[in-house]
Amino acid sequence: MNAPELPNAVRPNALAPAPLSVTVTGARLTYGGTELFADLSLTVEAGVTTGLLGPSGVGKTTLLRMVAGLADPEPPTVIEARDGAPLHGRVAYMAQQDLLLPWLTVLDNVLLGARLRHERRSPDLVARARALLEQVGLAGRETDRPATLSGGQRQRVAIARTLMEDKPLVLMDEPFSALDALTRLRLQDVAASALAGRTVLMITHDPLEALRLGHRIHVMTGRPATVGPALEPPGRIPRAVDDPALLALQAELLRRLAG
Amino acid sequence: MRVVRALITAAVLLALWQGVVSLTGVPRYILPGPLAVADALQRQAPLLVQHGATTLTEILLGLVLGVALGGASALTLASFRTARRWLMPLLVVSQAIPVFALAPLLVLWLGYGMASKVAMAVLVIFFPVTTALFDGLRRTEPGWLDLARTMGASRRSVLWHIRLPAALPAFGSGLRVAAAVAPIGAVIGEWVGSSSGLGYLMLHANARMQIDLLFAALAVLGVFAVALYAAVDALIRRALPWQPDTHPTEEKD
Repeated sequence: MNAPELPNAVRPNALAPAPLSVTVTGARLTYGGTELFADLSLTVEAGVTTGLLGPSGVGKTTLLRMVAGLADPEPPTVIEARDGAPLHGRVAYMAQQDLLLPWLTVLDNVLLGARLRHERRSPDLVARARALLEQVGLAGRETDRPATLSGGQRQRVAIARTLMEDKPLVLMDEPFSALDALTRLRLQDVAASALAGRTVLMITHDPLEALRLGHRIHVMTGRPATVGPALEPPGRIPRAVDDPALLALQAELLRRLAG
Repeated sequence: MRVVRALITAAVLLALWQGVVSLTGVPRYILPGPLAVADALQRQAPLLVQHGATTLTEILLGLVLGVALGGASALTLASFRTARRWLMPLLVVSQAIPVFALAPLLVLWLGYGMASKVAMAVLVIFFPVTTALFDGLRRTEPGWLDLARTMGASRRSVLWHIRLPAALPAFGSGLRVAAAVAPIGAVIGEWVGSSSGLGYLMLHANARMQIDLLFAALAVLGVFAVALYAAVDALIRRALPWQPDTHPTEEKD
């Protein structure tokens, strides 16, 4: 199930953002009078993928939205980057839905950020978008409309669009949960090679997904929810589905989720 | 195939109509048969063309102005909170007023010429277009807005690149309604007071018991309305190729 090693020529190394480490401290979230979590802390280490695993309704999506700047953090929540600069504008966000715009071609969807910021559509930019599409296995589909793609292909475009943003921190909210099992495994391989070396915070409710992609895995459970210590499974990413160690860890994670 | 079926249906209805007229012997000044109407269409062709041109001009001018004004108001309402707060109640209340009741006023203010009819058409078109586009602009997929925010898009950029294209299908529905009601607006305006146009011709023919001419004018108006709707519909389909077709055009039977 391992993806072939893809060339990493896609990243403009001179411009590549240095991986960023982010810490969340004292995070608090109340919803309809109940406290979903309080005094919650989480560290997202630089250059690796942190998986945040938790059941639905635990507040993990809101936590991610706070980091993305889409939800106002409740005091006394503090979200800060290690370098001290504000996170605003340094985050790429990928949601459960592919969020492709149906009226734009695949290539234009990948270039959406530049379009929205009125950046000039330079040949370099377009070349990079094409290279990214090739990296996610969609070469030749540049001028197609999203409606002609399958669910898995659409999510591949979303990965390319996320990478096109080339931000120091990548946030993913259950990015593959809407896909069927086989497509999900393939997309995890694509994501693992595409996101190598970046700081990623990925939310998931699927222990297998966390174990395949996460360098560090935290389990978020309870009410008010707490984040457990990081689990650092051995082995290269993406880890093989049939690895016995991985299956044992999956059982362990399921126990932690239930507890 | 659709056109052929429609033509057959029309032919059957026309035959029934002619049959009723021939069998019952209704006088021509009460209900003329389709043959009599066809005859009137042919005999009075110059008259029908002359008055038809007036009405068509009113309809098209009304459509262009009404859609432009409606689109502009919807964009204004969507862009400015202040505009929404002050104008939305006005818009809702004004929709409750039967616009046709204003026709005599419009004739009084704008005269017997084309202006009052164009204004009437604009009024009936304005509201469906405004509400359709405004609704579309408000109902943008929230995920797209989140994505745009993380990409650092300005509000204007989001409106222009995401909310507006996303609202175009809704705008298209408003446009279809506009195309359907525009002829009504123009003809009502002509009924209230005018010296030319198909509405005027129909009243005139009615008063002189020239019912075949009235039907001929009605037929011309019907052709205008259908042609206009078909043209607008085709335009929308062409302009929005990504929009999944909700019309069961390709019914498999």
